[in-house]
Amino acid sequence: MFALSDQPIDAAALRTRLEHPTAGAVCVFEGVVRDHNEGRAVSALRYEAYAELALREGARLVDEARARWPLLAVACVHRTGDLALGDLAVWVGVAAAHRAAAFEACRFLIDETKVRVPIWKHEAYADGGAPSRWLHP
Amino acid sequence: MRVRVRYFASLRDAAGRDEEQVEAGAGLAALYAALAERHCFTLPRERLRVAVNGEFTAWDAPLAAGDEVVFIPPVSGG
Repeated sequence: MFALSDQPIDAAALRTRLEHPTAGAVCVFEGVVRDHNEGRAVSALRYEAYAELALREGARLVDEARARWPLLAVACVHRTGDLALGDLAVWVGVAAAHRAAAFEACRFLIDETKVRVPIWKHEAYADGGAPSRWLHP
Repeated sequence: MRVRVRYFASLRDAAGRDEEQVEAGAGLAALYAALAERHCFTLPRERLRVAVNGEFTAWDAPLAAGDEVVFIPPVSGG
């Protein structure tokens, strides 16, 4: 599954989705709001999504991962709305029989999410002079 | 032919609105050029993708009246 959430991500609840009797490996990536970016002190962060297409593209990523690796369970959730430092911005978890598939699929899912899913980050900075901005890398 | 354009991220800030109805008889590329001039968008079209009715599409794809168009600036999730 690929989901968007405007509420805090409950990592423990998501982890239970990966339980599977034949899973020998679970790999989780947690993306966290850090206090700096490109040398500037970040004070707050907001994510916005084009939800219809983000969910559709996210579901395609999950399908692609399942086609490339023998996965037993997949869960991806990305936050929208206002986030504070330390909050989870994105959570990706996969379960597989063996660790190689789990690591590779987890890496694929977060990397592709960052470049393909229509979600945008808006950063505000702690130093008063720097205007807040949308990031369009 | 009128279409509905929805704006996200920096394009919404620059346009000052979430969406608008616009004339789009000349296709998607011409539509972005016209809106970029009207709203002072600074992102060149080459850096954007475009979606029609909730799905990525090609810049030369045909449009129909009432379509929903979204110009997608470079994404920054994760």
